Parts: sequence; structure tokens; C-alpha cells
Amino acid sequence: MAELATNTPPSSPEVTPENEKVISPWKEAWKTFRKNKIALFGLGIVVFFILLAIFADSIAPYEMNGQKLADKHLAPSSEHWFGTDDFGRDILTRVIYGARISLWVGFVSVSGSIIIGSLLGIVAGYYGRWIDGIISRIFDILLAFPSILLAIAVVAILGPSLQNALIAIAIINVPTFGRLIRSRVLSVKEEEYITAARAIGMSDMRILFHHVLPNSMAPIIVQGSLAIATAIIEAAALGFLGLGAQAPTPEWGKMLADSKDFLTDAPWTLFFPGLAIMLTVLGFNLIGDGLRDALDPRMKN
Amino acid sequence: MRNPVLKVKDLRTSFLTDDGEIPAVNGISFEVNPGEVLGIVGESGCGKSVTSLSIMGLVPTPPGKIQGEILYNNENLIRASEKRMRQIRGNDIAMIFQEPMTSLNPVFTIGNQLIEAIRIHKKWPKNKAKMRAIEILKQVGLPRAEELMNEYPHQLSGGMRQRVMIAMAMVCEPKLLIADEPTTALDVTIQAQILDLMKRLNKETDTAIMMITHDLGVVAQMCERIVVMYAGEVVEEADVKTIFKHPKHPYTVGLIQSVPDMRLKKDRLYSIPGNVPKPGSTKTGCQFAPRCPHRNERCLAETPPLDTLETGQKVRCWLYQEGKGVEAIGRAVGKG
Repeated sequence: MAELATNTPPSSPEVTPENEKVISPWKEAWKTFRKNKIALFGLGIVVFFILLAIFADSIAPYEMNGQKLADKHLAPSSEHWFGTDDFGRDILTRVIYGARISLWVGFVSVSGSIIIGSLLGIVAGYYGRWIDGIISRIFDILLAFPSILLAIAVVAILGPSLQNALIAIAIINVPTFGRLIRSRVLSVKEEEYITAARAIGMSDMRILFHHVLPNSMAPIIVQGSLAIATAIIEAAALGFLGLGAQAPTPEWGKMLADSKDFLTDAPWTLFFPGLAIMLTVLGFNLIGDGLRDALDPRMKN
Repeated sequence: MRNPVLKVKDLRTSFLTDDGEIPAVNGISFEVNPGEVLGIVGESGCGKSVTSLSIMGLVPTPPGKIQGEILYNNENLIRASEKRMRQIRGNDIAMIFQEPMTSLNPVFTIGNQLIEAIRIHKKWPKNKAKMRAIEILKQVGLPRAEELMNEYPHQLSGGMRQRVMIAMAMVCEPKLLIADEPTTALDVTIQAQILDLMKRLNKETDTAIMMITHDLGVVAQMCERIVVMYAGEVVEEADVKTIFKHPKHPYTVGLIQSVPDMRLKKDRLYSIPGNVPKPGSTKTGCQFAPRCPHRNERCLAETPPLDTLETGQKVRCWLYQEGKGVEAIGRAVGKG
């Protein structure tokens, strides 16, 4: 009997026929993503805005807060592509700098919500029982508020500033991620490889962070890219309401609020920041949809 | 004879449900000797898997509740701390599972997972662990071991994955390997290869194997001694030849009869009538009585003890207590 096993030849039928290079699941997702033209377009938009934000200092034609009252409300021209606002500041310059703020708020607040939400979600899902009860109820309470109202309430407590708006946005997104991770953990922890991992003597912490979390990454990434879009809108909304960035910070929402009084005289003051918000949000949403198709083909319509 | 690696004494694993405490394993005792292959046989739902999970300390408590003694090197595993259990799992007692397709983490490479399994128990540098991982992959008969280290589970066939699982279980050279239906999910040709592999590793490394299966073919090929379980109890225990030649308990007789025999042309295959009782539903009497062709009033009223016969065979049945009925069963086997 033993002969059979020892003599298993290298060319046994179990060998996979492919001899190509090993493809990791992430590379495979990227391959699918690359084929999605619309998602690539979204990625293009986002990369464009990221480059604007990084190189704002060298790209921007004027100074960020350079006022020139004589040049106020100039229509778009070859000198001021996007025109000027009521203080004679170049709108193109301010939109470029605004990319920095919006993207910063988007990435940082969503990273914050992912980290806090994941921790809470993992703990709730893995340990269950009363811990799960408490954490889930907190999520329920947070989700019971309309998100923008909750953000306004948080900012009202902390005081209006860009940083506090960022914190508020992070807080309102925590339950979304927390619930997402919790449900993933609940299904992943029943998988046999988790039992197998315990059977070779792995500790709970190691299982959570080495086996459960990586297997929950795909939905987090998808939800994350969509959440950045929402976060940017929310930051703009708070800015518009005067609860986010304060003057003279060139925040897109704030720029919209400042220009609403001149809507008929100088519509470009409103148009370009609005367009910038729309494009960034569109970009992130397209990426999010593309990632969902690439990472979880079952959810595709 | 050397001391047994594992001694299970009166193990009782029950689960707390809405209907009260339901025993899945009801007072079983057996021993696993060093280097031996022990088979645990029974229908689905008779408590085989719960037994193995209890030994590994992987039954969630609560709702589970484990009583009795599980002695490994005279250490009672039921009382051991979670930390101590983690040291034992993988290093002293390892386990392989039924479903090789889902027992490997899909997001990591084979090498990654093997090296991790080694480094949990041994403080080896990465390089040494990698060498050992490649060595064990070769030992379980996997070709292209070096390349496999960088491959993901989804690139492997079921048979290869089960080999990887065995490699992972054997990598720290445990004293005891618990195999919970290791071949059920594989097709027949691969089944034979995996069984041969386990048999070979058993001989080479002197690791005792506790083989949990419902497949009597597997048992005949692999095991030296067999424990037959029914409804959470041991109903018969003997060495493999005795079980197949002179089965005593009506349940064992039924199991053996229900193995299809290629030499005989039969229109109908034999099956034991009825089902395994729902755990907790039968309270008094012999658990098998409702399905037993030889039952009498005593079987329904009193629970028979597990008795050792003169031959060393252990059986839990009233028929052998009274010294009669042996012939009756003998005839039943003959007819089959």
C-alpha cells in the first residue's frame, strides 16, 4: 500500500496544468478592474484631482488668498480661466487648492471610520453575546439619525472648523463600516479554515487579524471608495453651512456658500467649485462600482 | 505495551439548547496507543465529530459542556487552560478536516500558511521554517514543492489541498493526528492515495491516528482497532479482524451488511431501518433498541453496560449478557 504513495510521480494527474506565474487575488482583481472602461475613467478623474492637490503650489497660477479688489467678479478669460470671486481671487487657483482639502477630508475621515468601525465590528462579530449587543446598539443609535444632522450636531458640540467637520464625518461613517465588518466576521468565522487555524494552535488575536480581517477586505475597500465620495459631499455641505472650513480656506463647499449671493452677476463663482465637487464624487463612485465588480463578481447586476 | 497517547474516560459533551441540555456524546471511553491507527465508526449524527472537537478543545463552551476526562500524557485536557490548549493543538495533537476545499485560507499562499503553522510552535527563523515547509510538502507526496509554496489554495485540486492539510497537521510532528472523515469529500482514486499517504506517515513518524469515518472500507484498509459509536455511545470495540469476522452488536452487524458486495448480485442494497435518534430523545433502554431486529422488553427498559467478552471484544448489548441470541445474530449475518 505504501508503495503507491511513495511512488506518486511528479506528473500525477493532480498537477495543475498551468505553468504561468502565480497570480495573487489582488492582481486578478486589478486585471478585471482594468477591463472596466468606466471605472478606469473614474480612476482617471481621481488621479487627476490627486495630482492637482499634490502639485497645487506649482500648478496654481495665482496666490491662494491673493486679493485684488479691482479685479472682482471678472468673467472667465485667458488671464483668469475660471474668473475671479468677490475679493478678486482667482477661482482656478482656489479650486486647485480646494482639491487638497476635499481629498484630505475624504481620505482621512474614511480611514478613521474604517479603523474604528473595523475594530468595533470585529470585536462584535467575533466575541458576540453582550459585547455584540452593546456595540450593535451603539451602531443602531448612530444610524437612527440622518447622517448630515448627526454631523451638524457633532460640529455644534466641537465647534465649527475643518478638523471638527472631519471628525464628525468620520463618526457618522463608523456604523456603516462596523456593520459591514461585523457581518463579514460572522460569516468568515464559521468557515472551516478558521477552525483549522484554531486546530493548529493559533491564538484568537492572530486569527482575527491574520485570517478574518484579510478575508473581509474586499467589501471594506468597495464601501471605502464609495464612502470617500459621500464624505466629500458631506464636507462640502458642512462648509456650505458654515460649519466646516472657515474663511479664507478655499474649501469647495465654502466657496459655493460665498458665491451664492452673486449667482446672477457672476455664475462662474458658483459653477466651477460645484463642477469640481461633482467630478471628484463621480470619480470615486465610478471607482467604487468598478471595484465591486472586480472584487465581488457575485454582486454584479 | 507503551502507555496510551490518549485516554478518554467517560467523556460527556452536551449542548445547552432551548429544549434543555442535550448530550451529543454520552459517556464514551477509549484509548489510543502510540503509533496505532484507531477507527471511530458510526452513522452521521452519532457524535463522532463532537468527540474529536472535544479532544481538541474546540467545542464552544457555552453552549457546549464537556465532562469526564481526556488524558493526554496524564494531563487532563478538559481542565487545561486555553493557553495550554493552544500549545497542545498542532504541536501534540493535530487535526485534519473533512472539507479540504474550505480548510485553507483563500487569501494566503500555501507557503505562507505552512510557515505560519510552524512558527506558532517553534521559534525558528523564517528560512528554517521555509525549508521545513518544503520538506514536509515533499514528504506528503506533492510534486513541485518549491513552486507550490507561492501558490494560492484555489490553484490546487481537492486531493492536493488535502495533502497540504495533512502536511500542515504533520509539520510539527504531533503524537496524535485526528482525521475527521479526511477522504469523504474526495473522489475514489484520490481517496486511496490519501489513505496510503496517511498510513505511510503513520509508519514513518510513529504518529498515532484517530480515524473518524462512516466508511467501513476506509476502516478495513487503515485501522488496527475499531470503536463503533451509536447515538453518542460506544456500542462495540475490537480489533479490525474481529469486527469484520465476528461482529457482535446488532448495529455493527447492520453496518457491515449495508456495505455493498460486488460479488453478490442483489436487487436491493441492505440498509438499517430507521434513523439515528435525535440526541436527547431516547432516555431509557438501549439506544439502538427501536431499530434492532433482536430487541426484547429488557432492551427497551434497561440500558446495557459496555461489557468485555472473553475474546477482549467490548460490546454493549443485552444479548451477550444472557449468553443467548449469539446464534440468532450469527444466522442474520449468514443470510446477508
